[in-house]
Amino acid sequence: MTWPSRRAPQAAAPVGTVTVGGIDPGPPSDEDLPISLYSSHRPRFRGRAGTAASTVSTLVVIGGLVALIASPAAGSFRNGFLNIHQMWIALAGDPSRGILSVGKGFVLNIWLSLLCEVIVLVLALGVASLRLTRGPVLLPFRALAIAYTDFARGVPVILVMLWVGFGAPSLGIKEISTQSPVVYAGFVLVFSYSAYVAEVYRAGLLSVPRAQIQAARSLGLSSRTTLYRVVLPQAVRNVLPALLNDFTSLQKDTAIVSTLGVAEAVHSAQIAGGVEFNYSGFTVASILFLLITIPLTRYTDRIMNKDRNRRLAGTTA
Amino acid sequence: MTVDERPGRVSNATPAPDPASPGSGPASPGRAPATSERSNRRAKDDLDRLPVLRATGVHKSFGPLEVLKGVELTMATHDVVCLIGSSGSGKSTLLRCCNLLERIDAGTIELFGHDLADERVNEDLVRRHTGMVFQSFNLFPHLRVLDNVTLAPRRVLGVDRGAAEARAKELLERIGLADKAHEYPDRLSGGQQQRVAIVRSLAMEPRLLLLDEVTSALDPELVAEVLDLVGELAHQGMTMLIATHEMGFAREVADTVCFLEGGRIVESGPPERIFGDPTEPATRRFLQRIIDAGRL
Repeated sequence: MTWPSRRAPQAAAPVGTVTVGGIDPGPPSDEDLPISLYSSHRPRFRGRAGTAASTVSTLVVIGGLVALIASPAAGSFRNGFLNIHQMWIALAGDPSRGILSVGKGFVLNIWLSLLCEVIVLVLALGVASLRLTRGPVLLPFRALAIAYTDFARGVPVILVMLWVGFGAPSLGIKEISTQSPVVYAGFVLVFSYSAYVAEVYRAGLLSVPRAQIQAARSLGLSSRTTLYRVVLPQAVRNVLPALLNDFTSLQKDTAIVSTLGVAEAVHSAQIAGGVEFNYSGFTVASILFLLITIPLTRYTDRIMNKDRNRRLAGTTA
Repeated sequence: MTVDERPGRVSNATPAPDPASPGSGPASPGRAPATSERSNRRAKDDLDRLPVLRATGVHKSFGPLEVLKGVELTMATHDVVCLIGSSGSGKSTLLRCCNLLERIDAGTIELFGHDLADERVNEDLVRRHTGMVFQSFNLFPHLRVLDNVTLAPRRVLGVDRGAAEARAKELLERIGLADKAHEYPDRLSGGQQQRVAIVRSLAMEPRLLLLDEVTSALDPELVAEVLDLVGELAHQGMTMLIATHEMGFAREVADTVCFLEGGRIVESGPPERIFGDPTEPATRRFLQRIIDAGRL
């Protein structure tokens, strides 16, 4: 097939390239060309100038922050929140004056979050699998799983915490009402986070191509083996960043346990603040949380990038 | 359709002046001796008269779309049947019905003498004995090549790890990919992936192998390595039902070629006749289109 109509305009001499007597007119200026590809403004701060510029801007920002904290006007702020002596008292605790150690309290936050995370990972998988089942027999359970995820994700964690923490002891049922607040707190965290993590799992399970399942079943693998050996490993890999994100959230939300009067980091900081009329204890608690969550989020980011690279590489294959 | 003209296959292959086949298709070396070796094997297996597959009046619809409209097909042990026809003619659907990835609406499919519609038939057992290879390879991306091959023998047949891996390495050796055993599939070329997928099926020692357009997703230069492997399996006597767009390959490797159009097998017979002297106008039209496109 030929395309004569498209050849015609190309045959005509391009605008602006007129060579006279074999003399090269040199590179055409912007005005000579029919279409301009030059940007209207010059790029600024390239190379060495760029390094200098970034140094200056960094110094300005840091200087500003230092000035803000060190200025005489910020004196009461420094004394109230960043008092080193008070921070030390809060961190170590002072039993003689009834001040609980924020450091010791934080240990409770850590093991509570780890224990809850393990239970959440198992329960959430059950909920997610239930939501993805088919068949009429499991319909009521499916409905229940949907109702549960809607409810648990829709109500603020602190509300559930108050509800269970103060409601359960008043029920007057021996087994339920006499548990320690830590148990209630753990139950609430598991209850709320299982719903979130179940949705993450569900997204992961749905992200595995149907062809993978068909390939596995075609080899004679049972649906159970297919789930555990083929689907789940790929699903978890696909949603690992999201799972880690939720773990970070869970770790932070152990602070809400303080509402039940459990001696964890935030509650201890509250006590220290009440006794000393100083809030540096909260700063200590914040720093302790950051020490855990920042490496965790960095790690999540790294996995996310690795995952993205893997997928991008996969598209070209 | 029946595939009982087995002596005919050998004698038909000898009359060389076949007007429509001047040396097309990837010719694999050593073909003639392999054919006679194969017919020997057949004589030995003549007791094995039970058809591997018998489909009668197979109908299958997806919603309002009727894909199969009464397919008839019989395959004996060691048969290689190629399904040709344009996309949407029902080739893939027919294959998928044979290992119960799809359930048929009417008619019967018998596999090794069992009616697949029988309630006592366990689909996992059906699939254990019928390997399937897909257009898009579908290797498990989270498992290394070796683990892709050993997964089913270990988890389905209960073969212990050592024996399964030894067997897998032997199979990988045969396709020249032993050095890739510990790579992940995405490090392999498409042709290599597809050959691993075939070996993954072979590790289960299936009685019937279903190949669903196994070269359609491959770059042209990678097609030959996969077809060579399939051709080799054919010479070794593997029973195969192959949906393909590679006409040269179908002519070379098939005992029977079935032309599908509109959900029916319009014409079937030995490749010499289907490609050389088709009787149905629909077959002629289809082959003419293939020739016009320079694919035959």
